[in-house]
Amino acid sequence: MDYFFVALFVGMAFALVGGGLAISYLVAPNRPNKVKSQPYECGEHTVGPSWVHFNVGYYLFALLFLVFDVEAAFLYPWALVFREFGLIALFEVGIFIVILLFALVYAWKKGVLEWV
Amino acid sequence: MNLSGANIDFTLLLPEISLAICGFAILLLGVTKRGKDFGFGLGLFGLIAALAFTVQQWGTLETGFFGMVTKDGFSSLYNIIFLLAGIISLLIAQTYLRAKKIDKPEYYALVLFSILGMMVMASSYDLIIIFIGLEIMSIPLYVLAGFHRFNPKSNEAGIKYFIIGAFASGFLLYGIALVYGAGATTDLRLIAANYHSMAQQAPLLLYAGVALILIGFGFKVGAVPFHMWAPDVYQGAPTPVTAFFSVGPKAAGFAALMRILDFGFDSMDEIQSVLWILAVLTMAVGNILALFQDNIKRMLAYSSIAHAGYILVALTVGGEGAVASGLYYLLGYTFFNLGAFAILTILDTRDGTDSRFSELTGMASRHPFLATLLAIFMFSLAGFPPTAGFFGKLYIFSGAVEGGFIWLAIIGVMTSFVSVYYYLRVVVACFFTKADHPFQQVAMNPYLALALIITAVGALGLGLFPSSWIDLSRQAFASFL
Amino acid sequence: MIGAEHFLIVSAILFAVGVTGALISRNLIMIFMAVEIMLNAANLAFIAFARIHGDMSGHVIVFLTLTVAAAEAAVGLGLIMTLYRRRGSVDASKFNIMKW
Repeated sequence: MDYFFVALFVGMAFALVGGGLAISYLVAPNRPNKVKSQPYECGEHTVGPSWVHFNVGYYLFALLFLVFDVEAAFLYPWALVFREFGLIALFEVGIFIVILLFALVYAWKKGVLEWV
Repeated sequence: MNLSGANIDFTLLLPEISLAICGFAILLLGVTKRGKDFGFGLGLFGLIAALAFTVQQWGTLETGFFGMVTKDGFSSLYNIIFLLAGIISLLIAQTYLRAKKIDKPEYYALVLFSILGMMVMASSYDLIIIFIGLEIMSIPLYVLAGFHRFNPKSNEAGIKYFIIGAFASGFLLYGIALVYGAGATTDLRLIAANYHSMAQQAPLLLYAGVALILIGFGFKVGAVPFHMWAPDVYQGAPTPVTAFFSVGPKAAGFAALMRILDFGFDSMDEIQSVLWILAVLTMAVGNILALFQDNIKRMLAYSSIAHAGYILVALTVGGEGAVASGLYYLLGYTFFNLGAFAILTILDTRDGTDSRFSELTGMASRHPFLATLLAIFMFSLAGFPPTAGFFGKLYIFSGAVEGGFIWLAIIGVMTSFVSVYYYLRVVVACFFTKADHPFQQVAMNPYLALALIITAVGALGLGLFPSSWIDLSRQAFASFL
Repeated sequence: MIGAEHFLIVSAILFAVGVTGALISRNLIMIFMAVEIMLNAANLAFIAFARIHGDMSGHVIVFLTLTVAAAEAAVGLGLIMTLYRRRGSVDASKFNIMKW
């Protein structure tokens, strides 16, 4: 019985999207020309290939974010048990954060944080 | 939460901590202008400090951090192997890195972190800690393999090692997950204690899990059929890194395998036949393919696969005597293999070398001392008396015969006879081949000399006094029985 | 009703997808993603088993392996970037300077 509604929703989703596409296909006039069938770029002519490279800066930021983001996840369970464990937990998480800090200082000094 | 049984004792981790502190110090000093030159010194200092702490820990049996860290004779002996490998490969690295203009402080930090990972691997009974140690070891190694950024071969080695390593970790982790599913624990002591009930309740999970773990470590130690990455990575990586590769990660993989197979799953009898096949394949394929190599680094890569095979023989037989002989062999292998690679590194610091056999011609007349040392290391790799290689093989194969694995011993001895051919090729190229052009002079310095002395003394010393060393290995292994 | 076994089945399928992808794909990024799928299949298995056994350690393990995977991803992508800058390609079949 639980799945009935799921199935209903799936069916409705398909019907809605499919119906929209079908109606526009049946009703809309179709007169393509060269300019119209170009990839949409605000009415301008496309410049250069579409496979442009992103600035490498994004990549470095992403790496830093990835590392710090995942590490930060450890602080939540720690915060939950911190009171029971007391000082030793504070000490250990201190080591953890200092190591992360080292990583940040290293990245900073290497010039990763500057936008080039 | 009750902390009384946790035993949070940071002195247990002193070797690891000294490595970590020195590693971070190298990194942080490395970004300053004047601190770049401290990398080598600090790295060496960290390794020696860790070695001192490890030696001090010898003979203790302590468990700490909620049972996650175990320091026993076994972990101490392995840690000494890792640290020796680290020290020797660091000693030979600087000259090479300077010659190739890639002398960056990060190199030394990465070596230190990697050894830290190996030590974590050897010092725990918990599968998850072993996994994390493996990753701490492997991630720096991926970078080290590709450390020569402007050399396409090094790039390729790095990426190959990374892909294969990550693939292997996937297998290993899934295997651990299945074992966890079978017994709701990742602690090998609990697994060993409850093995029979686990095997009754969830045999499929357990067998599949152990098989996947075996595949994962098979990649790491370079056992056939999981070896195909080794030759390329060994050839492409900078030579001192290859030296480190051929010993460190291999020994760490065996440390984990010994704990897992000879302790955790000691009661799983079927594993023996699987290991039997792995050992035979590894010895045969490694030794036979090594015959056809033109490049010495590739030859030594296949030879290191073959040596993994000999140690797998010890693992197959199992029990105190056999595993102790495996440990002894590993210790000897550390010395003579690193010695061979040290000489190769010295030769590779010259320009335009590609470590081919033909480059060795005329070495004996130009550098008689180096050539003699190379010959000693080759004899040791081949297993001639009175070197460590001979007694290691003797102990392993006689242990196999005593354990009833006569065919395994026969195949092992036969394949190691095959190996004599390619090791002697090196000696022949050095001494008996007429050079058509003069041998290019190599530069020596005290660090290189020290590395050569340590390795030569180790290789010969272990061979001349084998029984005291085998007792030491036995003592180390007895700590977890 | 959906039980823990279903998660195990999904995890096994994911693992198989990951292994297959890593073996047949030729693009390094795709291989890398396949490997990540393998790791995440293991994570899912850990969680499912933790639920079956009513044991918290499985959840903790997932935290640890996620971090490890992130660190591995950072290093791996770095290596792939270096390679791409040198060669202008991430096609695994082109990396064959070294042969038997």
